[in-house]
Amino acid sequence: MAIRQGLLALLDEGPAYGYQLKAAFEERTGGTWPLNIGQVYTTLARAERDGLVAQLETDDDGRVVYEITAAGRTEVAQWFQEPVRRETAPRDELAIKLAVAVTAPDVDVTAIVQTQRGETMRTLQQLTRLKRDADEDADLAWLLVLDRLIFDAEAEARWLDHCESRLARKAGEKAVRRPASGRSPRAAQGSAR
Amino acid sequence: MSDLTTTPVLELRDVTRIHGSGVTAVHALRGVSLSVQAGELVAVMGPSGSGKSTLLNVAGGLDSVTTGAVLVEGVDLATLSKADLAAVRRRAAGYVFQDLNLIPTLTAAENVALPLELDGTSVRESRRLAVDSLEAVGVAELAGRYPDEMSGGQQQRVAIARALVGDRRLVLADEPTGALDSETGEAVLRLLRRRVDEGAAGVLVTHESRHAAWADRVVFLRDGTVVDSTSYSVEADAASALS
Repeated sequence: MAIRQGLLALLDEGPAYGYQLKAAFEERTGGTWPLNIGQVYTTLARAERDGLVAQLETDDDGRVVYEITAAGRTEVAQWFQEPVRRETAPRDELAIKLAVAVTAPDVDVTAIVQTQRGETMRTLQQLTRLKRDADEDADLAWLLVLDRLIFDAEAEARWLDHCESRLARKAGEKAVRRPASGRSPRAAQGSAR
Repeated sequence: MSDLTTTPVLELRDVTRIHGSGVTAVHALRGVSLSVQAGELVAVMGPSGSGKSTLLNVAGGLDSVTTGAVLVEGVDLATLSKADLAAVRRRAAGYVFQDLNLIPTLTAAENVALPLELDGTSVRESRRLAVDSLEAVGVAELAGRYPDEMSGGQQQRVAIARALVGDRRLVLADEPTGALDSETGEAVLRLLRRRVDEGAAGVLVTHESRHAAWADRVVFLRDGTVVDSTSYSVEADAASALS
């Protein structure tokens, strides 16, 4: 969805052909989400079908130049006005992996968490390195995208820390409960909670 | 003379620290080894009680080890007299804490100059080096201000200036961005990073991975043991972080 709105917003600034839009989109988002040109043309064709853009002309090199329509402008304005909704949780491989691992016999879940946290940390270090090298003024849009990716990775790392603590606490409870069962009132209280 | 390019600024060799004894003994650190070179920033992460602060305290000579050794610029702290150890603390290592960093009755310049003056450097020379250090962290204009006339971010900058005043090359930071908003915190980390890039060595204790990511290496502690360590490698394609 965001590709269509993103391209429309670019066309709102003036007519352009496919390759120009691809280049502008990638530049404005810091190359974080590269587009293939086929995707751009498919998106433009659908937008044309929906009356949001129109073919303006074919230039000397045979490139089709598109311009935005009034309906397209309305869609862009709405996009900027409305919040992005998070209605459905995207399928998350890591969450699925941990959920399956924690209920599977003979899988070392703590090891999975540690391996993943190392990987997430490396990603954070790479993103932070990119941020260090970026120019505060010239790369503002790119920095905002980077911050978004950094906060996402941080959230994942925090979640992994949380999983690790929770698993450690569960393992501790199990260890206490077994030998003490039926004897120590404190252990019984603990397991009843 | 030791070769400064290869001798780590800080080295922990198989360090164990036990608080108390008998059944109440707490193993704060269990066989931790760590080496930090000039130009290197190492972050230490871990849950509360994992040994992070003990690690920082033994690294700065504020706490002694039970077994193992701590070397600062190649000198084993255990071999030093009390007076010499105090001198190492003043000359080699500087601390940055979450808060309560600065002495409220002294100006920024006086705060930064203090460790040098305590060490016998003349007041005038100490003051000159203090201003240099404030300049290096971009807050020379704050030299005459008292801590309560500065924002939290400015105070942390002054604390970093003090940590690295004169010849001091080791900065030990314990949650230095804890009390700051995210942008100010980032500015402090950027500064710490820059001072390390200019040749200092740094240890950054934090529970926030976003902050640890400014380090070259991240060490994870749990129950006093290093459970994992990740390094940033320049060779790794930075773009792979985006895929």
